[in-house]
Amino acid sequence: MSFKTVERKPLTLAERTYIPQILGGMKTTFKHLVKPKETLEYPEARPAILPGYRGVPTLVMDPNGREKCVSCQLCEFVCPPKAIRIKPGEIAAESTNAHVEKAPEEFDIDMLRCIYCGLCQEVCPEEAIWLQNVFSVSGYSRDEMVNNKQRLYELGGTLPDQHFKWDKKKAAEEAGNDAH
Amino acid sequence: MIQPAQPELVTVTIDGKEVSVPKGTNVIEAARLVGTDVPHYCYHPKLSIAGNCRMCLIEMGMPMADRATREPIMDPETGKQKIGWIPRPQIGCATNVAPGMHIKTQSPLIKECREGVMEFLLINHPLDCPICDQAGECKLQEQATGYGRGYSRFIEQKNVKPKRTQLGPRVMLDDERCVLCSRCIRFSKEVAKDDVLGFVDRGSYSTLTCYPGKELANNYSLNTVDICPVGALTSTDFRFKMRVWFLKQTNSIDTESSVGANTVVWSREGVIYRITPRRNDEVNDTWMADSGRVLYKEVQAANRLTAISANGATATLEGAIAAAAELAKGGNVAVVGSGRSSVEEQFLTKKLAAAVDGEAFLVGRVGEGDGLLISADRNPNTRGALVTGLIDKLPESDLSALGAEIDAGRVKTIISVGEDLSAAGLSAEQLAKVAIVFIGTHGSDTTAAAKVVIPTLTVFEKNGSFINQQFRLQKFAKAIPGPAGAIDDLVVLDELIAALGGEATDGDLKSVWKSLNAEVSQLANVTYANLPATGLLLDSSAWAGLSFPEGESLHFKPAAAEASA
Ligand code: SF4
Ligand code: SF4
Ligand code: SF4
Ligand code: FES
Repeated sequence: MSFKTVERKPLTLAERTYIPQILGGMKTTFKHLVKPKETLEYPEARPAILPGYRGVPTLVMDPNGREKCVSCQLCEFVCPPKAIRIKPGEIAAESTNAHVEKAPEEFDIDMLRCIYCGLCQEVCPEEAIWLQNVFSVSGYSRDEMVNNKQRLYELGGTLPDQHFKWDKKKAAEEAGNDAH
Repeated sequence: MIQPAQPELVTVTIDGKEVSVPKGTNVIEAARLVGTDVPHYCYHPKLSIAGNCRMCLIEMGMPMADRATREPIMDPETGKQKIGWIPRPQIGCATNVAPGMHIKTQSPLIKECREGVMEFLLINHPLDCPICDQAGECKLQEQATGYGRGYSRFIEQKNVKPKRTQLGPRVMLDDERCVLCSRCIRFSKEVAKDDVLGFVDRGSYSTLTCYPGKELANNYSLNTVDICPVGALTSTDFRFKMRVWFLKQTNSIDTESSVGANTVVWSREGVIYRITPRRNDEVNDTWMADSGRVLYKEVQAANRLTAISANGATATLEGAIAAAAELAKGGNVAVVGSGRSSVEEQFLTKKLAAAVDGEAFLVGRVGEGDGLLISADRNPNTRGALVTGLIDKLPESDLSALGAEIDAGRVKTIISVGEDLSAAGLSAEQLAKVAIVFIGTHGSDTTAAAKVVIPTLTVFEKNGSFINQQFRLQKFAKAIPGPAGAIDDLVVLDELIAALGGEATDGDLKSVWKSLNAEVSQLANVTYANLPATGLLLDSSAWAGLSFPEGESLHFKPAAAEASA
């Protein structure tokens, strides 16, 4: 075994005074004092969420205030951690949306189970369920962590799309076959 | 039993595969035998051929022969007889096989035909799948995926037709979804013999409707929902309740009458959502009565028993068994068995009667048969009580014989296995004179008067078997778990027999069947596990002398009628 002796250089005068090092440090400090801030004062300040972000799943209404979900239960089926629970229901005959026939009676998403995969949004044939920008959820009990139908619509709001598929269907139904 | 004559076989070639099939088989069924699916809508094996959907198109040819000499024309390339292919497709449902016939179900022409037919079927079809109850078991969905072209070229406005029409108390019609196959019309006419449906208007405006002033209200109306290949006809009971892809299917038996129609129970997480018929060509074909489809509601009935009680207080099973045994040990015991109990339970009921040295009674239920799938005997398992030896003659329709015994003071304790004694004709005074042990599922005046009540399971919550009017042993399986508090009938009966010092088994199907094999000659070689799904016909000669109440029904002729025929 052989050893290599490393020669240690003696410190220069400047190094021994330590002043250049202190000035170098101060330069960095002052630079950051005047630079624009990189961080946010979370949770008071929150980052802007880009479109397409997969936050908490929500239910949405169409611009006419019709609930878009028809309780087809495809999202319940596709959801890998089985976070979604739906009780399908029939829309009352007196409702203006009676022609849509079906809407959820109950709709629960358990946020302790949800893995934010977005499969429910992908599978939904009615574009009724969207993972939106809420990314942090908390609660004091397990029950609080289950978003019910009312909460899901509060979180979801209105989807400003202009399909009006069901309105068109109703109009065609009313116009009858003579219209074409 | 007389064996049916062996059918004459003919050899045909389907997609190059030779297969022997019974003469008279159509191409769809013949192809099924070689494992080939010929898509179809209007064809149904138990209905007449309509040939109107055109989905089952196939190519067909026969070996060629010289017209003048009848000499076969040979193909020099293959050295085989030349096939004369018909230059246009044929419908498979209305084409019966003939010897030597050649069939193509996979040719480019057929592929194009199917795409064309699918395209026409979908032209005016609504985009309703998300709200359509048929989704998941829809032939249109399946065949559009399997045989359709995959995209739509139709940009015009679709036809509109009546939606949400109530055809009858249990059936809802959406005409836009109807593919005009006419299965429902033919079923009503041919099987239910209640000709109420028909088409009006022509072409793409054709619309299914009820004849004016009529409604689809017969007790077989829900079979139209089963055979409708699409979501045009839906059941109002099942409507929007649950998606079929969540449901577990369990084979069961209809308990309405001694016909014993084969059924499937559809459940999810311990809740039953619907009951549909299961095909059994010897019993119910593919049909069942509407009245049998709502029987699952008894599972969650308000008067369902879930608490064991003894002498007016809640008790453990051990406590209740001990109390019941105490009552029975006094002697003068009668056992009321049930024609609704399974074969296994009736066998243990007989053992119980032997253990207490008491007489066994059975409550007869005779109504009117409808000649189809509801017979006069409304007990699903009267034959079981005969075969297991619980009874040796047909039961009376009420318990007046037992009432007389009570009045005479000869019966002091009654053990009822599921029978409501007051409904069976015992008066309140008579019930007050005896100590009652009730082992059953639902509360009644009898349970209110009973000293010991032990809740047990409904037919949906346990395994077992029934013997139907043909003496066909058929098994049913457990679809859902029983409610908390209810105990398997076999366990209860067995514990009680053991407490009374009788011949107990292990309180499970396997051990009961071991005893059945040993003690019942008709069942000597049967095992529960090997019982075929379509049932097993037993030797019934021992009971030929009894005059059963059943009249003629589907696939059943009473023995007397058979003898005179
Ligand atoms: S997939 Fe869409 S329409 Fe269907 S139940 Fe889920 S949210 Fe409702
Ligand atoms: S009938 Fe079939 S294809 Fe038509 S809407 Fe219903 S599920 Fe969809
Ligand atoms: S309602 Fe159903 S069964 Fe009747 S014709 Fe239409 S598709 Fe066929
Ligand atoms: S099944 Fe053959 S034409 Fe409909």
